[in-house]
Amino acid sequence: MFNIKCPWCGNRAETEYTYKGDAAIRRPNPETASDEEWLDQIYLRDNPSENHDELWQHSSGCRQFIKVRRNMKSHKILRTGTPDESFPEDAT
Amino acid sequence: MRYSIFSLARNALNYHQDWPKAWRSPDPKPAYDAIIIGGGGHGLATAYYLAKEHGMTNVAVLEKGWLGGGNTGRNTTIVRSNYELDGNALFYEKALLLWEGLSQDLNYNVMFSPRGVLNLMHTDGAVDAAQRRGNAMRLNGIDAEWWTPEMIKSRVPLIEIDNGGHFPIMGGLMQPRAGTARHDAVAWGYARGADMRGVDIIQNCEVTGIDVDNGRVTGVQTTRGAIRSKKVGLAVAGHTSQVAAMAGLRLPIESHVLQAMVSEPLKPCLDTVITSGVAHMYISQSDKGELVFGGDLDFYNSYAQRGNFPCIEHVVASILYLFPTFSRLRLMRSWGGIMDMSMDGSPIIGKTPIDGLYLNGGWCYGGFKATPGSGWVFAHTMAEDRPHELNELFTLDRFHKGYVIDERGAGPIPGAH
Amino acid sequence: MSPQPLHQSHRRTAGGHINRNHPLSFTFNGQTLQGYEGDTLASALLANGVHLIARSFKYHRPRGIMGSGIEDSSGLVQLETGGKSEPDLQATRIELYDGLVASSQNCWPSVKYDINVINMAFSRLMPAGFYYKTFMWPKKLWMTYEHVIRKAAGMGLAPTERDPDHYAHRYQHCDVLIAGGGPAGIAAALAAGRAGARVILANAEPDFGGMLLAQKTEIDGKPALEWVKSAIAELSTMVDVTLLPRTTVTAYYDHNMLILSEQVTDHRPPGSDHLPRQRLWQVRAKEVVLATGSLERPIVFANNDRPGVMLTSAVQTFANRYGVLAGRRAVIFTNNNSSYAAAVDLADAGVEIQAIVDVRAQVPDHLRARVKAKGIGILADHAVIGVSGTSSVNAVTVSPINEAGDQLSGEEREILCDLVCMSGGWTPSVHLMSQSKGKLRYDETLTAFVPDQSFQNERSAGACNGDFDLGRCLSGGFNAGADAAAKTGFVAAGAAEFSCPPEDDLALQAIWSVPHGHHDHGKQFVDFQEDVTADGVALAFRENYISVEHLKRYTTLGMGTDQGRTSNVNGLAIMAGLRGLDIPAVGTTTFRPPFSPLTLGTITGPETGEHFIPVRRSAMHGAHADMGATFVRAGQWLRPQYYQHPGESMWGAIYRETKHVREKVGMVDVSTLGKIDLQGKDAAEFLNRLYINGFKKLEIGKCRYGVMLREDGIVFDDGTVTRIAENHYLITTTTVHAGPVLQHMEYMAQVEWPELDLNMISVTEEWAAIAVAGPRSRDLLGKIFDDIDVSAEACPFMAFRQGTIGGAPARLFRISFSGELAYEINVPADYGHDVWTHIMKIGQQFDIAPYGTEAMGILRIEKGHVVGGELNGRTTANDLGFGGMMSSAKDFIGKRATNREGLQDPNRVQLVGLVPVDGKTRIPRGGRIVDNPDLPTPIPLQGEVTSFCYSPNLGHPIGLALIERGRERMGETTYALAPLNNQKVEVRITHPVFIDPEGERLRA
Repeated sequence: MFNIKCPWCGNRAETEYTYKGDAAIRRPNPETASDEEWLDQIYLRDNPSENHDELWQHSSGCRQFIKVRRNMKSHKILRTGTPDESFPEDAT
Repeated sequence: MRYSIFSLARNALNYHQDWPKAWRSPDPKPAYDAIIIGGGGHGLATAYYLAKEHGMTNVAVLEKGWLGGGNTGRNTTIVRSNYELDGNALFYEKALLLWEGLSQDLNYNVMFSPRGVLNLMHTDGAVDAAQRRGNAMRLNGIDAEWWTPEMIKSRVPLIEIDNGGHFPIMGGLMQPRAGTARHDAVAWGYARGADMRGVDIIQNCEVTGIDVDNGRVTGVQTTRGAIRSKKVGLAVAGHTSQVAAMAGLRLPIESHVLQAMVSEPLKPCLDTVITSGVAHMYISQSDKGELVFGGDLDFYNSYAQRGNFPCIEHVVASILYLFPTFSRLRLMRSWGGIMDMSMDGSPIIGKTPIDGLYLNGGWCYGGFKATPGSGWVFAHTMAEDRPHELNELFTLDRFHKGYVIDERGAGPIPGAH
Repeated sequence: MSPQPLHQSHRRTAGGHINRNHPLSFTFNGQTLQGYEGDTLASALLANGVHLIARSFKYHRPRGIMGSGIEDSSGLVQLETGGKSEPDLQATRIELYDGLVASSQNCWPSVKYDINVINMAFSRLMPAGFYYKTFMWPKKLWMTYEHVIRKAAGMGLAPTERDPDHYAHRYQHCDVLIAGGGPAGIAAALAAGRAGARVILANAEPDFGGMLLAQKTEIDGKPALEWVKSAIAELSTMVDVTLLPRTTVTAYYDHNMLILSEQVTDHRPPGSDHLPRQRLWQVRAKEVVLATGSLERPIVFANNDRPGVMLTSAVQTFANRYGVLAGRRAVIFTNNNSSYAAAVDLADAGVEIQAIVDVRAQVPDHLRARVKAKGIGILADHAVIGVSGTSSVNAVTVSPINEAGDQLSGEEREILCDLVCMSGGWTPSVHLMSQSKGKLRYDETLTAFVPDQSFQNERSAGACNGDFDLGRCLSGGFNAGADAAAKTGFVAAGAAEFSCPPEDDLALQAIWSVPHGHHDHGKQFVDFQEDVTADGVALAFRENYISVEHLKRYTTLGMGTDQGRTSNVNGLAIMAGLRGLDIPAVGTTTFRPPFSPLTLGTITGPETGEHFIPVRRSAMHGAHADMGATFVRAGQWLRPQYYQHPGESMWGAIYRETKHVREKVGMVDVSTLGKIDLQGKDAAEFLNRLYINGFKKLEIGKCRYGVMLREDGIVFDDGTVTRIAENHYLITTTTVHAGPVLQHMEYMAQVEWPELDLNMISVTEEWAAIAVAGPRSRDLLGKIFDDIDVSAEACPFMAFRQGTIGGAPARLFRISFSGELAYEINVPADYGHDVWTHIMKIGQQFDIAPYGTEAMGILRIEKGHVVGGELNGRTTANDLGFGGMMSSAKDFIGKRATNREGLQDPNRVQLVGLVPVDGKTRIPRGGRIVDNPDLPTPIPLQGEVTSFCYSPNLGHPIGLALIERGRERMGETTYALAPLNNQKVEVRITHPVFIDPEGERLRA
């Protein structure tokens, strides 16, 4: 069972969180984005098989969304932080 | 050699020394009329129907590992066609119709067992929704029955109907022709059938690139060399996004882990397939006697083919809620696989923006039951370069166009389907 | 009960760690026998000379005990009857208790005379995978064939009564978790414990010591078991060390979370009902030491499955640990040095060893001498090629064999014996290491897979690490424990110092299967439980099922309850030989949790029955119960469904309540709807982006209905927004979407629009909510509030006011779900019960009646309000008739996606009302709308009935439906079909609002 470090609450078990999905998904600018771009954001995913930057919500705790870099094959968590934090390429 | 009690008896006399190989282990040729990437149930079924229905035998199935190693390698094996929406209903029914004659067609016993699938409903809202679905099924010519709690208890003596008034079973939607089948047998049966007709099944051959020239596919690169073809079909559940990316495609798919479990073998105690809404689980008993059961996803992206314990707790608690007498039985083994969840819970079977490249994926929970139907329509799609009526709604662009087929109504949240 | 001691024919007169002062009585297959405290069921049966325990799964061959612990794969029994019955248990792992009742399974009428012995006669027709090749004709007989197959398959019986026991869950963190309480595990615990770390030492057996319980050896000059005793005593004094006997570490999950299963009461006499039968421990360990030992491997030779053919180490264990002789005249068949010490022990225990049959040419001189001193002869370069006897052993056939092990030569001869001890090598138990995603490597010398590269924070020590020498087990274990503790910040003084007598290496010579002799000497079993033979592996090879994964699935090798513990390596080695590959090239199948079978009740723990889904009750629950409400589960909530008067039927009550609201005044508990408190300078802007309609201009003290879409343009939820103050809003949601809407809002606020000045929190449980509805509601509420003017002028439709009720803070919203003049009142939850009873009391003068969810449902259908059946996750605002609410002036979630072709398609379904053409037939539940019901199937469907009821206010049935082009078809007739209930009703399409479509009543 995952042990996920919430930046505010510390190490908490997977069962305290709710999974959201790919952290790169951001609502495009409604004024400038094309329809194609808009719908791509809603529907298309990279779905990587190695490292995945994803959002989880600490729903049974501080209710904050956090960003997690996790490896999809080993489930090893390389890094956690806030949603707007940028993780460098080789972050561990 | 044809399989039958007679050939079994004849071979028994000679201590079974003369059985031929179920399939060859050929080396890949430099070119084929069609290549199917993915040697699972769907890919092998496609190859079989390409050969049988469309006379295309110069076909290769390229499998990275051992054939049938995906969902046909480990499965809760439920087969049903109890879908509500247009697009799904008649497609899955086609699959079920093929299941009904499959052992005879393949001359390989896939042990298809129409022991019924019973969806239990525990709230008024769920009963409404189930009856809407059941009525749609009947109007589509698909069998469906409404079962009262008394009928359910009579068929499933060990089930707990009332549970002290907490979410009692209010009734169930039964599809009598639905049931189970032997997962590895269907992959092996299709493999043998395709191989017999001349299809080359090439195991331990990983595709590392897809060659596209001017918007048309020209072949693939593999760990066993380059292979040319003008028709390439992807049937690589669990790695659809990665293989599609080789052709520059991004898909509406998230890969999740789905776990399933099996108990120690028992004498018969459950003779139909039970699913439940409030207790999210499905359970049946295999011919070997094991209870086979599963439930929801773990609900996070994964390619690990394993999940974690909270999911197992939920599923087992759900089982015991409905079957309290199973409490002392024991979990023998659990496993996990990669499940490609699409953005509407329904599969993608059809053409891609690249000529000659065809896509079959995004199966969510529906993959195993669809195996014959998927192969059948995918073969048509590849051979005729256009979808069959039965898969014409499963397009890749339906999401952008707004024609999703969303049974659960969960929207663009793959894990929610 | 202290019975007279019964004769146990094979019990040694002395020896063993059993308590001979405490005899126990038990029954097996109806026969009463005796054993001792400390016995397992297996050792007690063997002590009584009972060898025939079971019938094998497929061929129904007679089977006995082969191992002494978890490695036994054939001696499965059904334990007890009734609610405590348990199938498929290993007799070797059942601790004997007084009054135990067990029986053989999968045989009829008895294990001795099993009717399915006929399977043996047909066994040539039943090779591996035979069922794939037959049972296909005639097609209609498959279900009959399957019925017979299913009855023959399976093993034990599932209980049909409820489990009387309960189970508990524990959660624990520790620095070092040690799996396995043999010498390596104990040494590791000493190291980590002395260093001061928080340690858990889990041992599957009741007694610590592992293999030391079975062998006679020394540690530091004393008998090994004395060392064990003093080590455990030392560990028991350490406050941060938890010793868990009878606890199996059975699963290794991500991030060093492990699952342990503890047996608490199974071995105890009755009277322990207050204790959980088993405990599940979920342990998050910083570091793990795996000291799980190794299991001896059988040899594959003809009829190696007969009762009386056993693993050498098992026979040694029965003799030394349990004081039981598994036989009196034994032949030992081995390929390595480890059997020689066992031979000496058995001879000392009184077993006549007829010969040690060793496939190797060379046996070390000192071992040769040691056994010679006991009168035991060695037949080197020989193999056992067959066993005589069916339900027991009476002889073996031996033959000289070449070094490669593939050719017999010379004379076969028979040796009379009643016991065969086989030793094919040892397989380290690497399951947990592999489950943790560690990598294994193949060790040529040991012919076994051993740990190679850890992935998580674990390390292996002792036999499971490929170290079979006791001294190395102890020092390896100690160092592993020290290393684990050090990594958690605890460093011990002192190094590993143990002195043990020198031991021989295995010097193993692999023999994966023994060739057949001149006459067919019978089946050679690889997997005893699944009845997989060497011929089965060969058949798989011949038919090209050559991958180890295909081999497994085709033959079912390793798929039994023992998960291949004693068969996997032999099987894949035979396949490797056939393929001409090295064993590592063939590979292994995946190790999956659990390591050993895990009781379903233990996994579930206390979350059974009414605790399966937690119950949520509103603050007024007691008041409803007092008023005779019948409750219904709405998600986790319990809500009053209706309030039945004496003599009234259920529907009588519901229709009465429904009419009462429209004619007089009714009151309903609406606390379960989601309530979210939203504050901040940008709250209005936020609401504007979330809802399809505008909120920037919502005034303080006003409410507005809002519809929220998903980003894909589909309706997500609806509710009301109330502006309480300048930057303070309250939002309501439907009950079922309370959680998802809050999460959605938090996501948008935190991740997408963090620049907005906002805060929000759920207040669903903080406020009790009551709706008062009906023509008399204003008059009633005029007498409720201390300080709010509820007149039509002071409190118009959609107004919000704050005040007090009897001093309790109160919020008043003039909103209506029923379509009548209505108000919703919120008070802090602690006041809910009292305010409800107060309003009921004052309301008597207005003839108030409470109403429940059923009446609420009819009222809302009469008004065409949408709920779950309409908000089905596939409908757009336009489909439901809210298209006009969508603002064109602003962006909002879902706006862009609404423009897609599919969402603008004119053939989409639209919300309409339905009435029966004949004025009286009910609209069918789950009905589908079909214009042309007489067409053959598949009939095109035009829509679906989403809600239906009898309207007591209108006097006829009504319904809501989603129908293609519905709004264009007003007044048309069509059919609602429900084939499940044989219903076909002609219906007319109407406007969905049946009562007061102009809304005059609610604006009164």
